[in-house]
Amino acid sequence: MSAAFDLVILGAGPAGMSAAIAARRHGLSTVVLDDQPEPGGQIYRAVERRARSADAASLGPDYAAGAALVEIFRRCGADYRPVTQVWQIGRDLTVLASHAGASSAFAARAIVIAVGAAERPVPIPGWTLPGVMTVGAGQILLKASAVVPPQPLWIAGQGPLPLLYAAQLIDAGMPPAGILDTTPQGALARSWRHLPGALANWRYLPKGLSYLAAIRRAGVPLVRHVTEVAALGDGRVTSVRYAVGGRLHEAAAATLLLHEGVVPHVHMSLSAGVRHSWDDTLQAPVPVLDAWGETSLPGLFVAGDAGGIGGAAIAAIRGERTALRVAHRAGRIDYAQLQERDKTAGLQMRRHEQIRPFLNAVFTPRKAIHVPGDDVIICRCEELTARDIRQAVAAGCVGPNQVKAKTRCGMGPCQGRQCALTLQQIVADARGVAVAELEQLTIRPPLRPLTLGELASLDHHHGSANLT
Amino acid sequence: MFTRIGPETGANLTVHVDGKPVSVRAGDSAATAAMLAGLLPSRLTPVSGAPRAPYCMMGVCFECLMTIDGVGSRQACLEPVREGMRIEVQSGRRTLTP
Ligand code: FES
Repeated sequence: MSAAFDLVILGAGPAGMSAAIAARRHGLSTVVLDDQPEPGGQIYRAVERRARSADAASLGPDYAAGAALVEIFRRCGADYRPVTQVWQIGRDLTVLASHAGASSAFAARAIVIAVGAAERPVPIPGWTLPGVMTVGAGQILLKASAVVPPQPLWIAGQGPLPLLYAAQLIDAGMPPAGILDTTPQGALARSWRHLPGALANWRYLPKGLSYLAAIRRAGVPLVRHVTEVAALGDGRVTSVRYAVGGRLHEAAAATLLLHEGVVPHVHMSLSAGVRHSWDDTLQAPVPVLDAWGETSLPGLFVAGDAGGIGGAAIAAIRGERTALRVAHRAGRIDYAQLQERDKTAGLQMRRHEQIRPFLNAVFTPRKAIHVPGDDVIICRCEELTARDIRQAVAAGCVGPNQVKAKTRCGMGPCQGRQCALTLQQIVADARGVAVAELEQLTIRPPLRPLTLGELASLDHHHGSANLT
Repeated sequence: MFTRIGPETGANLTVHVDGKPVSVRAGDSAATAAMLAGLLPSRLTPVSGAPRAPYCMMGVCFECLMTIDGVGSRQACLEPVREGMRIEVQSGRRTLTP
């Protein structure tokens, strides 16, 4: 099946929904492809169902606010396709996606990638053991299904999300066994100079402090300046080991949830072959975008956290701006209207952005996370360790793609979604060069494992034209 | 044990996790159903047979690959449960397509 649209949006989170709403307001034919069953993205996951339920209050006011956006999105007139997995973005602006075992092609005048952020990989000893998950995974279980993983449950990492999740567990009457805060000593002190900006955007700070207060009231141990977190167990995690000030500790654990911040989910934009650069603050690659979110491939845009971390409010503004740009290109609004609308959006965006320098300074990604010890698994799919990567570099591989060809790192089903970041950092570290100097891992379609049926269901033209 | 807390958020359904009937809710994913049924690991790797389980729950890590309704290598965290769905441990490589 094949269909043509003015705008094809990938992702139904804040950026994708806002882009769709704005595009529809200006009469653009719009389709939204999302791999989740409900709109909202990860931040507003299952928001429609949960906002109606009796425990909605425990999920916080921001989450409830997402329900309003979803409601407008539902009525905006975009063709919304949930549980639809994109597996190719062609340079001719054709998107191939599969749903319920059959594939379709979507020809677009413009594409917006709005797939959001992903949690940074946390390669520590034992992170492949069943029972070890990300904090994001824990939160998804909570939001989508009201499910809490087995106790004793430990949370290890840094950033606002572990504190928020811990506070939610406490609220639900299932407090975690403890929180291992990996924020390095001195990070908070260094961040004070950004405090005025953070205070100007007063909404964010009280939130963080209220999580901390809830954790303290509940008597949940919050261990600071933790290093060397490891999951131990045979066949599944049974304990967590960590160091504080050089001394090792161990505690029983049935669940260990990890989180070291989020990075833009660049898999889709990488697969389109557009330019990316290395963002030193995020310690991650980001697509190179113009002021409207357009990539180096004309007509292909990135909006929201997939283009750089800003959070839900900024993502929604970016989505709207991108759609306005597309509407302008299509002749639906003139330049004056575009400028006018953009002035308001720019103001809103700057207000929300004031907290960023503060958060970035507190939660700076730690180098130790990216350059783990020799025995730690880097590529979960192909079961390769940091040693395998270092040996490949020693044998003459100078970049991620050569290491991939030599070792199969990044060739498993996840195609490097989990390992690419670590791979880059280890190669750079082993070679003694800046990671910014390295190329990005080349990503080729299909972006998901496909069945023969999913391939065969495409009409002949697209099947043969795009897969070669 | 994975524990369900809070009030109803969806209709009750029955799925079969490795042959055992399990009561789940509309809105759960197949991966959630497997975990509620106590099915850890949910797959054994094709490389060394190591036990694995869902890790990210958002479609990024591919650790949740399971056999669903007879089709191998489905990302269980992205598959909403359906009445009568069969969810099974995946051991080694899937046999459908490379
Ligand atoms: S749990 Fe990570 S892709 Fe499903």
